[in-house]
Amino acid sequence: MWRYLIPVALFVTLVWFFARGLYLDPGYVPSPFVGKPAPAFSLPKLKDPAARLERSDIVGELALVNVWATWCIGCQQEHAFLVQLASSAGLPIYGLNWKDDRSQALRWLEQLGDPYVASGFDASGDTAIDWGVYGAPETFLLAPDGTVLYKHLSPLTREIWSREFLPRIAAVRGE
Amino acid sequence: MIPEVGQFALILALCLSLVQGVLPLTGSLLGRPDWTAVARPAAAGQFVFLAVAFGALAYAFLSDDFSVRYVALNSNSALPVFYKFAAVWGAHEGSMLLWSLVLAGWTLAVAASSTRLPDPLAHRALGVLGLVAAGILMFTLFTSNPFDRLMPMPLDGNDLNPLLQDPALVLHPPLLYFGYVGFAVAFAFAVAALITGEVDTDWVRWARPWTTWAWMFLTVGIALGSWWAYYELGWGGWWFWDPVENASFMPWLVGAALMHSLAVTEKRGLFKSWTILLAIAAFSLSLLGTFLVRSGVLVSVHAFASDPARGLFILMLLGVITGSALVLYGWRAPGLAASGGFKLLSREALLLLNNILLVAAAGGVLFGTLYPLFLDALGMGKISVGPPYFNVVFLIPMLPLVLLLGVGMHTAWRSMPARSLTRKLTVPAIAALAAGVAVPVIWFGGASPLTLLGCVAGFWVIFAALLDPIGSLRERTVMPRSQWGMAIAHLGLGLFVLGATVTSSYSIEVDRRAVIGDRVSIAGLDFVFRGIRDVEGPNYQAVEGEFEVRRNDRLIAVLTPQKRVYRVQTSAMTEAAIDAAWYRDLFVALGEPLGADAWSIRVQYKPLIRFIWLGCLVMALGGLVASTDRRYALKARSANRERRASGTAVETS
Amino acid sequence: MLPLLGLPVMAVEDRTPFADAVLEQRYQALIRETRCLVCQNQTIADSNAPLAADLRRQIRQQVADGASDADIVNYLVTRYGDFVLYRPPMKPTTWLLWSGPALLVLIGLLVFARVIYVRSRQPLDEEPA
Repeated sequence: MWRYLIPVALFVTLVWFFARGLYLDPGYVPSPFVGKPAPAFSLPKLKDPAARLERSDIVGELALVNVWATWCIGCQQEHAFLVQLASSAGLPIYGLNWKDDRSQALRWLEQLGDPYVASGFDASGDTAIDWGVYGAPETFLLAPDGTVLYKHLSPLTREIWSREFLPRIAAVRGE
Repeated sequence: MIPEVGQFALILALCLSLVQGVLPLTGSLLGRPDWTAVARPAAAGQFVFLAVAFGALAYAFLSDDFSVRYVALNSNSALPVFYKFAAVWGAHEGSMLLWSLVLAGWTLAVAASSTRLPDPLAHRALGVLGLVAAGILMFTLFTSNPFDRLMPMPLDGNDLNPLLQDPALVLHPPLLYFGYVGFAVAFAFAVAALITGEVDTDWVRWARPWTTWAWMFLTVGIALGSWWAYYELGWGGWWFWDPVENASFMPWLVGAALMHSLAVTEKRGLFKSWTILLAIAAFSLSLLGTFLVRSGVLVSVHAFASDPARGLFILMLLGVITGSALVLYGWRAPGLAASGGFKLLSREALLLLNNILLVAAAGGVLFGTLYPLFLDALGMGKISVGPPYFNVVFLIPMLPLVLLLGVGMHTAWRSMPARSLTRKLTVPAIAALAAGVAVPVIWFGGASPLTLLGCVAGFWVIFAALLDPIGSLRERTVMPRSQWGMAIAHLGLGLFVLGATVTSSYSIEVDRRAVIGDRVSIAGLDFVFRGIRDVEGPNYQAVEGEFEVRRNDRLIAVLTPQKRVYRVQTSAMTEAAIDAAWYRDLFVALGEPLGADAWSIRVQYKPLIRFIWLGCLVMALGGLVASTDRRYALKARSANRERRASGTAVETS
Repeated sequence: MLPLLGLPVMAVEDRTPFADAVLEQRYQALIRETRCLVCQNQTIADSNAPLAADLRRQIRQQVADGASDADIVNYLVTRYGDFVLYRPPMKPTTWLLWSGPALLVLIGLLVFARVIYVRSRQPLDEEPA
């Protein structure tokens, strides 16, 4: 009587899904911008409120956009690596300073080093929303034409860098 | 030293559970009564050692032994004593120990009271319980040992999660575990019956009260959790369809179905394989809940810190326990078919419909809860399935269920002429229609169709449930306890439906910014923000707002909601202030400070919300009354006497 | 639960209800069905997270500016994906989700009809011993 085997069949299917689910992160929300053009923005620069940082400033070459803030613990953890990356990675890093206090942010860069070519100062958090940011630190990899290639959530480390970023960079550079 | 005693006791408990699991089962297959006879002593020993282990962990908490890692992570010297004890099950490792202890407690109760059952059946069931216990204890020892030491020993502990520092949450997990684990009894008897391929009404009659007790604990546990979420999470909601809530609700629904199908199997000897399947499903869903909560496969507010290794272990445990039971079912169930007719209008048919709808509801909840996981596992995107989905989908099986319930209660077994049913139910139906329309319209001045339907359904269940008790009191006839239990439990369901309908339809909720002296007016009441002050707790600091509630300047209540910051974990907690009356709650919660004496506040008026939890308690009470029906004890006893007399109670039967 | 992080600079949030009851109701309905991504199991109506406050402010502004519900949902989904919606959108991957529970009930009713058909033709036996 095959119908008495329906429960065990359903159960096996369920277990298969659970087994896969164990190795997925349910809280990780992939960026809907991957494969799409990075959103436009225009923000006052952190170091020079009179000047503006805009999307057109950061497209044209491979670039990183890093969302950071002085209130964010993870940003502290990754900062030293970012400073290292700025001199070794061969691509510019732009900062999106998210809902921060300007004087604190400036002091932080002075003390810990400034890996950013420039940081946009997003006091209202609206630009962060436009970029789909939900938890600093976040790091976007942009193609020369401004397409978002990848978004990483959580502090950057060397391991993540070589696993997730380097292959994508190599693909664009045709290496 | 004491933690090592606990550790050792835990290991011994595992050894005994293996003995209890392996010997009786193999013994009963090989015809060795000396092997099977070990089941009861092993069960008793297992309970004793687990009690020792539990005591050792409790001692470590009460004596602030922060060299024990689990204590250091979940307690603090400033934590009030009461919460130090409750912290024993405040996180993953200790709660698994409690789980095991509760299972051992149920097992001991089965061992002690199953002397009325034929020994082979009882021994095999104890064997199954022993195997389940062995799995859980291995999981605890190998992946989540609460007695691990921490070197170097910290000066003070990390404190108990502030969310859990609450009287209701102290009781919530033990009650839930009593419920979850209680379904293991029905499961064990179902598997024991499948091993021989015989389901006699003996075990059915015997398993009924156990299932009812488990379901009862689960009912109270869930209600307590809902009540806690209502006043502690600070949002004023009472059910969020969070995966963890769903994980406890699914076994509840299936357990309710099981209680009803057991009735048919006991009375008519029908639906045997279905009853067995439900018994397997109820406990499997409890295990599934444990998996969902502790593996991190779903996002949840209450999830334990998760670890894929633990997830994998529980998944394997679930696979072995449920998988083997279902394979056994696939093999034996075809042989369980029994013949016996009934008509469309009969108790059997309506109970079947009840089962189908309850299982469909549980299936819907399971489906919605797991759907994000399904899509993610197939790489088809990330979605959220939340209350807007469940609120709609849950009503599809539930509305017909509630409406049919009133009919089912008054239908006779086998067949019933429609005319006698209509004669009986016309009055309550008309009364329900009248009350269900009048109450919302008179009290609140209007109602949507769904609200009307909900109110009518609520009153319909209440009136239908009261019909038999009123009749029995008027005619001075004696109604059996089980019938009283049924009437009371259904009355509770009616109260719940009414409460849930009115609360969700007519709650008033205002979120706004307020400065001291401001006044918020809702439902004819004025909430005046009087002031704010600092309050010092044993292990937290708080600001406390003071609100006066007035109706036409007459003072009704003074409410003092708090915003607490616990010193060690530095997390902010909202303590809502509630003025409760049977017909409404007034609820004030303090939100964020908005500078210059301004605060965001949430003020709510929640009519009939107490009926939700009251209804649950009444349902549980109904279960209690029904389970004390004398016929369970009497019939079981007489059955065994007959068997003993006829000499069939030999170990190899 | 708040994460163990410092807190960002908070703008004072305007919490006065809309003067227009219809707008207020639409605003409330929208924030009650939007998932907060920081805290993950709260709606942005219930969450105290700064991002939730920012999203509430955005939604409030857009409601006031006359955006339709569909516009606002679209605004959220282009930025955060379907994950942000507690009411899953109707699309091919969710057809099964939305129809599943009704299908279950339907299957159940078919089983019921079959059982009744079979059982009502069997003799109503006497009470088993």
